[in-house]
Amino acid sequence: MAHELLKRIRVAVLGVVLAGAAQVATCAESIVLASTTSTEQSGLFGHILPIFEKTSGISVKVVALGTGQALDVGRRGDADALLVHDRAAEDKFVAEGYGSYRRDVMYNDFVVVGPTADPAAVKASSDTSDAFRRIAGKGATFISRADKSGTHAAELRFWKAAAIEPVGQFWYKEAGTGMGPTLNMAAGVDAYTLSDRGTWANFKNRQNLAILYAGDPKLFNPYGAILVNPDRHPHVKKAAAERFIDWLTSDAGREAIASYRIGGEQLFFPSPR
Amino acid sequence: MSGGPGGGAMFPIRVRGLRHAPNGRELLSGVDLDLGDEGITVLLGPNGAGKTLLLRALCGLLVPCSGTLDWGGGAQPERGVMMVFQKPMMLRASVLANAVLGLKPLGLSRHDCRSRGIAVLERVGLAHRAHDSARLLSGGEQQRLGLARAWLTRPRLLLLDEPTASLDPSATAEVERIVREIRTDGTRILMVTHNLGQATRLADDIVFMSGGRVHEHTPTRRFFSRPQSDEARRFIQGELPWRMSF
Amino acid sequence: MFASTLTDAVRLLATFDHRVAEIVGLSLQVSGGAVVLGTLIGLPLGASIAVGRFPGKAGVSVLINALMGLPSVVVGVVVYLLLSRSGPFGAFGLLYTPLAMVAAQTLLVVPLMAAIARQVVEDAWQRYAEELQVMRFTWWQSVSTLLHDCRHSLLVAVLAGLGRAMSEVGAVMIVGGNIDRATRVMTTAIALETSKGDLPLAIALGIVLIVLILALNAVAFGLRHWAMRRYG
Repeated sequence: MAHELLKRIRVAVLGVVLAGAAQVATCAESIVLASTTSTEQSGLFGHILPIFEKTSGISVKVVALGTGQALDVGRRGDADALLVHDRAAEDKFVAEGYGSYRRDVMYNDFVVVGPTADPAAVKASSDTSDAFRRIAGKGATFISRADKSGTHAAELRFWKAAAIEPVGQFWYKEAGTGMGPTLNMAAGVDAYTLSDRGTWANFKNRQNLAILYAGDPKLFNPYGAILVNPDRHPHVKKAAAERFIDWLTSDAGREAIASYRIGGEQLFFPSPR
Repeated sequence: MSGGPGGGAMFPIRVRGLRHAPNGRELLSGVDLDLGDEGITVLLGPNGAGKTLLLRALCGLLVPCSGTLDWGGGAQPERGVMMVFQKPMMLRASVLANAVLGLKPLGLSRHDCRSRGIAVLERVGLAHRAHDSARLLSGGEQQRLGLARAWLTRPRLLLLDEPTASLDPSATAEVERIVREIRTDGTRILMVTHNLGQATRLADDIVFMSGGRVHEHTPTRRFFSRPQSDEARRFIQGELPWRMSF
Repeated sequence: MFASTLTDAVRLLATFDHRVAEIVGLSLQVSGGAVVLGTLIGLPLGASIAVGRFPGKAGVSVLINALMGLPSVVVGVVVYLLLSRSGPFGAFGLLYTPLAMVAAQTLLVVPLMAAIARQVVEDAWQRYAEELQVMRFTWWQSVSTLLHDCRHSLLVAVLAGLGRAMSEVGAVMIVGGNIDRATRVMTTAIALETSKGDLPLAIALGIVLIVLILALNAVAFGLRHWAMRRYG
């Protein structure tokens, strides 16, 4: 009987689903960490989280979003802790009472990426503002994240420092997407963009892209950890989340961060104490 | 099949001035008919006479423009009228499941349905195929299954619309045997056929319709020997157009 | 470029490990759950619309048909807002769990399955309506009889639902969060690998997804063929 068979299949599927749900429910203690696509896509979490989980028994579930989105998720109480990189927005988040406190965790730097042919001669820039001015002056295509991420916020700061208003210019494309997709776009049309070094180092579809400018202290990109305020959202797993933040800033955590390398290159540097 | 239908006022059925004219096209133009509580009545008449429409009005599928239907002095009963269509629908299910379909609204137990279904299938000679797919039955077998399905609900009035229209002689004979048995069970039968031989074999009385009207309602023998109306006489002699099926 | 990506993808397929199996398993659980719920809700809903006689029936049919094209991202955002800690169902803590993904995909497949069921059942209803009416079938008895009778054709609705659920990425990304070893399914994994610029791995996962959907369809097709021969 086909009908009986179908019925049995349906029951079996339902069973599997419920089993899956139960599995999630019975999982050991876990926290939700809202973080950035740059940290996720750089592969950092894949390196440090197993170390933390082994020592603490706490599993960390990473939801990778732009910094702006991650802060929104924290504001709604949908995460226990945040690891993001937009200092001004982070301080505001804590000041408004959404977060209990913020700690410096690590930093890396931004890099200006573009086609190896470098039509805007960004390679010869004297500083970050100069690099951005060269791109604008040449009218070379620049792809912006335009997703309220930390990288996007930094990029807008750099334009402002260069005294350029890029929005609305024919060469300025606002992608509205994560770091990886933005790099895919830049690779596809030989455009310039601003990337964090971690995502770039782990990015495989480079085609003609290369780092054209880096090293300016202004390109410094600090990451901060924030505990979502349990007074505002009582379900926040305060103890576990604090344990994670404490670990990140402990010697063990700093060592784990510093030991993540791609092709021998260190991508993140623990913040000075 | 335990006993015949119970009593209660349903007969005589009195049809008066039944008119049906959708979009101004008059299909029934004042049908009058009286049906007593037993026997087999055959509806004869040329195509387009309104025979099937009359059946549909009697089982509630057709709401006429005007006229009255009186069921033993009251309104149409909720149950007790069943109709078997020219090609009965067959669900994609077993013969047994199709046979007991009409019991579904009665809320009987599964076991009860099953035993009644097997019993009725035995009476129509389909018990050995109870678990085959109904759609794989021959035309004659499907018609018998349609009759079984209606019979199982023990209707007081059973309406049959050309039950043997496309059947061979032996299948026709089998259907006629079943119709007689249903009648013996106490069910009043009103059937449409174009088969005059069948009418003489089965009918107690004949209702002759033509042009949306009843022209004659007489006992069978008299209808064929001395038809009262001119239309009936011409119909029997083959002068009115009708479909042959022997 | 394209050819080398494709060959790399095929080479990767040979080296799949249990992590990929986990992702495939979760995809099947989430989408399977959504389709089970979609079947329980969507098919009776579609059949009810087909059989029912009520004012605005045409409008409801058009609405259901239109909702077939509901963008999964919109469903994702709506479910996110509902399940968020600050939303009406926040207390259950379902956001970023597989159950949230099942809920979102259920919302996504119900209109699709209901629309197909409405069409299939309406055709059968036109053939059966009068006889069922004569037998004094109630509305619900007609619905259940027709659903059972059309079960082989309704398999198409189930498959369409499964296809939509398994292939959508917008809703599960938002309400699941694409969390490694918790809510990562095939489509979000593909999106992530694409973000990383690892196109061969993305394509390899895509091939697995297509093969899986193909296999499910083949099984269903065979089942239907067998049933049609059996029941005519």
